Amino acid sequence: MNKPIVATTSLAGCFGCHMSLLDIDERILHLIDLVDFNKSPINDIKKFTKTCDIGLIEGGCCLDENVHVLQDFRKNCKILISVGECAIMGGLPAMRNGLSVKECLDEAYLNGPTVKNHNQGKVMPNDEELPVLLNKVYPCHEVVKIDYYLPGCPPRADLIWEALVALIHGNEMDLPYEVIKFD
Amino acid sequence: MKSAIHKITKTYHNDKTRLMDMLIEVQSEFGYIPNEAIDEIAVATKISRADVEQTRSFYHFFSTQYTGKFAIYLNTSVSSFMRGRNDVARTLEKEVGCHFNSVSKDGLIGLFDTSCIGMSDQEPAAIINGKIFPNLTPFRAKELVRDIRAGKTLEELVVEGYGDGQNSSEEIKAVVNNNIRKIGPVLDMNYKPGHAIKEKLKQYTPDQIIAEVKASNIRGRGGAGFPTGMKWELCRKAEGKQKYIFCNADEGEPGTFKDRVILTQRPKLLLEGMVIAAYAVGATEGILYIRHEYKYLKNYLENLIQGAHERNLLGKNIAGIKGFNFDIRIQYGAGAYVCGEESALIESAEGKRGEPRDRPPFPVEKGYLDQPTIVNNVETFCAVVKILLNGGEWYKSFGTDDSTGTKVLSISGDCKFPGVYEVEWGFSVNDICEMVGADDVQAVQVGGPSGSLVDPGDFDRILSYGDLSTGGSLMIFNAGRDILEEVVLNFTDFFIEESCGSCSTCRVMPVLLRNKLKKILDARGIKQDLKDMEEWGKVLKASRCGLGQTAANPILTSLKNFRYLYHKKIQMGTDFDTGFDLKAAVIDASEAVGRMPEA
Repeated sequence: MNKPIVATTSLAGCFGCHMSLLDIDERILHLIDLVDFNKSPINDIKKFTKTCDIGLIEGGCCLDENVHVLQDFRKNCKILISVGECAIMGGLPAMRNGLSVKECLDEAYLNGPTVKNHNQGKVMPNDEELPVLLNKVYPCHEVVKIDYYLPGCPPRADLIWEALVALIHGNEMDLPYEVIKFD
Repeated sequence: MKSAIHKITKTYHNDKTRLMDMLIEVQSEFGYIPNEAIDEIAVATKISRADVEQTRSFYHFFSTQYTGKFAIYLNTSVSSFMRGRNDVARTLEKEVGCHFNSVSKDGLIGLFDTSCIGMSDQEPAAIINGKIFPNLTPFRAKELVRDIRAGKTLEELVVEGYGDGQNSSEEIKAVVNNNIRKIGPVLDMNYKPGHAIKEKLKQYTPDQIIAEVKASNIRGRGGAGFPTGMKWELCRKAEGKQKYIFCNADEGEPGTFKDRVILTQRPKLLLEGMVIAAYAVGATEGILYIRHEYKYLKNYLENLIQGAHERNLLGKNIAGIKGFNFDIRIQYGAGAYVCGEESALIESAEGKRGEPRDRPPFPVEKGYLDQPTIVNNVETFCAVVKILLNGGEWYKSFGTDDSTGTKVLSISGDCKFPGVYEVEWGFSVNDICEMVGADDVQAVQVGGPSGSLVDPGDFDRILSYGDLSTGGSLMIFNAGRDILEEVVLNFTDFFIEESCGSCSTCRVMPVLLRNKLKKILDARGIKQDLKDMEEWGKVLKASRCGLGQTAANPILTSLKNFRYLYHKKIQMGTDFDTGFDLKAAVIDASEAVGRMPEA
């Protein structure tokens, strides 16, 4: 039987959830026996080369590029999982949702104490290659369909591990409180 | 102002653990807590300004703005809306001339929303400067505003006469009614107050008392159902300089009001229970933590405690038992449902924000001031007195195998006889409906918003810890009610309002859930929305305390038991559609940097 294929990405996240995935310690050897990885920062595969079974999404969407990546994941993964606070609820980046994009950009490039008086030309980064900020930070489920959610900031390594193993073996995700609690 | 604040801090010996009391007094004296008071208190208690400020910011009845000479807090619980809250609120706004959560221009009257105030059997109810005004109607609202304008005093606003039982006593003088409809062995009046302390305690060692409580199999009456005997034993065995007994009278679960009735009609039973607990675990101090909404009982309860001292039921060498010293003080809350969670309650009694602690350690090991502490519900303490008087075996003769004894229920909603009932565990929901005169019932909320919404198909289910557990709240909804709009949405709003904000899950997820629910109520819902809500319910389980863990229950249990109501509202043909529009989402940023959005 073919091994299930897993893809992962970090959108508007801090990579903490990926670190937590690596925190499964020696079980990572077991994980490699269980699954193959496709597109993921872990193996540095940049583009999908085949259809994946499970996509793990860290972070929400704060840029148009995040949206493209997320939609790409939805297209190429049978099951999508929002992993961690930011993917599920927007998280820390969503703190800007109370402000307009213009206010954020003005503070970052024109008015902030480190840029004030240093940005004489009042330049805003505007290269075509740069991704564009969204009007607010979106949790993943507001952009594409999400199948499961793993809470935490970051989710405990045990939670990611147990959830993956349950999915791979087709078991019900019956996760005890000690594993989902993250505070 | 400075000298007034000094006087207040001095009353509490500049003790930082009494910060709640200080802020309550400042609020009550000035109608708000000015920054100047924060500065003064910080200096006097030798804590940081931020510590004082964060306690002020946490509680609903503390305010940074003037709340008016008469601050009217009108209940927002479901039973209030069911009995015409909207009309009362609109009348108040019209007559006062300001919207809710603001104060009239002349500063005379402030209008505020507030979560359930424990009057579900006499709604809509409001608290005005600490006094309860139940059964409000638009006419009565008009009258109240007119009388306030005419310069009447708070006491003169009462025109309906005082309530039943002790509510009419000189020390309480409340318009509130007890509505006791059924008395069982725990609330039974045929007992002599003080008898258990004076006659029984001597006959038992502390260990024997714990053994008797264990033999009764009584479990905590607040809702969680932890075995009381085990809790006491753990506390007795825990090491500490001093041990504490807490009575949790912070009943904030919407639809619960039985503790209010016990505090009014059986307070001696409760105090006696605390003394027994103190003897059993070796505690020297007790704190009766009462929600702010019940502060109208203050004089009455303080006099009772004083009386108990005079009769040697409290104080030194209680009942002649050498070395058994125990005293009780009352701590008032300031409006926060989450303080009903035991570790949050302890934090609050220490003068801090009522945020639940991370556990372990549990309060029995490290509770109040990090010392071993037991926290029990009002009703639990009352039951323990009767257990001591009649024996654990006697108590076990009531109820079922896994749920011994009786339960005092607060029943409200669509029924003929709302009020307080003491019944044996083992009643079915059908029995209850029959008992309270409820016809044409569509749903019963068992255990308050954090419990479950039960449909008629399940009305033969049994009230017990193993099946339908409840801290005492039962709300009945008849066929005319819109369950999703009137009940589920109201409960979800309640959790959003009352979250302490410590865990991101509980702070954010209920808001997402409410947005989804509103989307469904607006007929924009789709199938995936139902699945999303079920998945998010699981996410909430990651929260630190029961509030967050149960915040999705109104939605989850209605999805389970009333799914057809959701199906009626959603677009059944559509599986998935987020409505996300990338083009629209990048317009703002493109404009800000002067860039043409991609076509």
